[in-house]
Amino acid sequence: MKNILAVIKKEFFRFFKDRRLMLTTLILPGLMIFVVYSIMGDALLNKFGGDSEYTPIVYVNEIPESINNLFNASELKLEKKSYNESEIEAIKEKITKKEADLLIIFPDNFDEVVKNYDVKDGLPAPNIEIYYCSVNTESSKAYSIIATLLDGYEKSLSNKFNINFGDNYDLSTSKEATGTIFSMMLPFLILTFLFSACISVAPEAIAGEKERGTIATLLVTPIKRSELAIGKIISLSVIAILSALSSFVGTIASLPKLMGASRDEGEIISANIYTFTDYMFVLLIILTTVLVVISLMAILSAIAKSVKEASTIISPLMIITMLVGITSMFGDVSSNRVLYLIPIFNSVQAMGGIFSFNADVVAILITLISNVCYSVILVYILTRVFNNEKIMFSK
Amino acid sequence: MTEEILKVIDISKTFVLSKKQQKLEGITCDKKVAVNHLSFSAYKGEIYGLLGPNGAGKTTTLRIMSTLIKPDSGDVIVDGASVCTSADIVRGKIGFLTSELKLEDFFTPNYLFDFFSELHNVPEDKRNDQKKKLFDRFGINEFAEVKVGNLSTGMKQKASLAISLVHDPDIIIFDEPTNGLDVITAKVITDFLQELRAEGKTIIISTHIFSLVEKICDRVGIIINGKMVVSDELNKITNGLPLEDVFFDIYSKEAGAEE
Repeated sequence: MKNILAVIKKEFFRFFKDRRLMLTTLILPGLMIFVVYSIMGDALLNKFGGDSEYTPIVYVNEIPESINNLFNASELKLEKKSYNESEIEAIKEKITKKEADLLIIFPDNFDEVVKNYDVKDGLPAPNIEIYYCSVNTESSKAYSIIATLLDGYEKSLSNKFNINFGDNYDLSTSKEATGTIFSMMLPFLILTFLFSACISVAPEAIAGEKERGTIATLLVTPIKRSELAIGKIISLSVIAILSALSSFVGTIASLPKLMGASRDEGEIISANIYTFTDYMFVLLIILTTVLVVISLMAILSAIAKSVKEASTIISPLMIITMLVGITSMFGDVSSNRVLYLIPIFNSVQAMGGIFSFNADVVAILITLISNVCYSVILVYILTRVFNNEKIMFSK
Repeated sequence: MTEEILKVIDISKTFVLSKKQQKLEGITCDKKVAVNHLSFSAYKGEIYGLLGPNGAGKTTTLRIMSTLIKPDSGDVIVDGASVCTSADIVRGKIGFLTSELKLEDFFTPNYLFDFFSELHNVPEDKRNDQKKKLFDRFGINEFAEVKVGNLSTGMKQKASLAISLVHDPDIIIFDEPTNGLDVITAKVITDFLQELRAEGKTIIISTHIFSLVEKICDRVGIIINGKMVVSDELNKITNGLPLEDVFFDIYSKEAGAEE
């Protein structure tokens, strides 16, 4: 036990006294995620939100009465300009140059033509031409609004029945809706952050020491190989969790901005919907998952001859883990408890269950216990690897 | 003769070579016998030198003695403990230093001394005494708080030597102790080895430097192609002749016999 603590203390000293390592492992991941996601959120908002004060410049002649009423009712602000037939090409040019936003051409006597039109005649329906530029945000937005209004008007002309008109018929609560979003996103994100954190510390701490010949110095002391294995795994797990926590905080902090781009105003994504017990379960799952992942990586790193080789060997594991993580995005949480014996998959499913308020306590316990058991087995394997001279001292 | 403290009993070690290693060694066989039924003993308070050309099996023998690797057959008994069955106990009894063992660049000699003392379960008061003794002796105090990565080769060697002796072991095994060192640092090390002998410690070194053996070793074992060709007191081997001449005489006979 004393030797385990000595190894843990040494690894912590190595990590926390190295400013560069602290910066790249603890501060940068969270900061980078926050900055990148926030910028992405702003960019999306600008792209799809546009400038609310902007008044689109629309070239249109003789707006039919029905449509004019529609525009007035919707309080749509447009800077209307009239044009001559000969100017059409020039206006189109203006739209592509972002000097104007729309050109709307109504058929002559629109209201009359529409009124007299019968589908049974087999003739083409009256056509409103709206020229716009899809790469211009304002033009695209104006087109979208006007097309939606006209589409609504067209449907109202032959309105025979409605579906869910007026009231909100969705019986789910906003808490459940938020929970569903979290359950689809967070298990994958957490797993990705954990894995990235583990891969940033494990190969260096094991394969790096082997490559530099410093682990051999430890192996000629009376420390037991199992003590060395446990000490390394515990210290690396703590560091990996701190690094993953940094990424997690960065994500949570930037989530309102990122999600704000695709949600209505006033709806705020908040993690306050979960209880203390939920968080404790998630924390326990994260802890045991990190133990499994770090132990696996430690074994692969000990087998590798160099940090580079370790990173190469670990890559397929990363791909598999990411694929497993993606299963959380399908939304459904498995009710088959046997599946909770599968490492990593069990963590993703258990976290998905907690975030979507469908937690199965038995499944969570199976996840936690099985992860601890796998960690113990992996520590035993790592001890055997440390004892294997062919692996540890092969040139 | 004084007390036999280390006994190497008929050890053999064969390495399986990869294709790459076969190419490097210039051989077509996938196995290499590094140590071949090798035996010798070391006694309390002596410096025993393992002499031989590169690739003779000296380092492999020392690695077996220090429990880094296990022999395919045979055993080494270190102060009553077997390297095969009681490796942990053996590790507590020996101090081992080789160029293969490195100190982590990030740490200072002072930190590493304390860390390895902890692993060797050295009580704090003894640790402080031993640290003062070794740091004073090698002038480590001047760079005790400098990271190993920033030290010169000589300073690193001094720090490694001090750290290998944190637990004040009775048996000290050094692989090429003065290899790559400047003459001043090399002298500090050889003088220190003789001081350790005076304290009653047993020192086993491997080297191919004849002058070093002649200067400090009490007894010598000559290893050629993994076999112990001769193991005896230095005076009895040389009979007043230069060790270099004696060695090449033995070597040419052995090489002839091998052919």
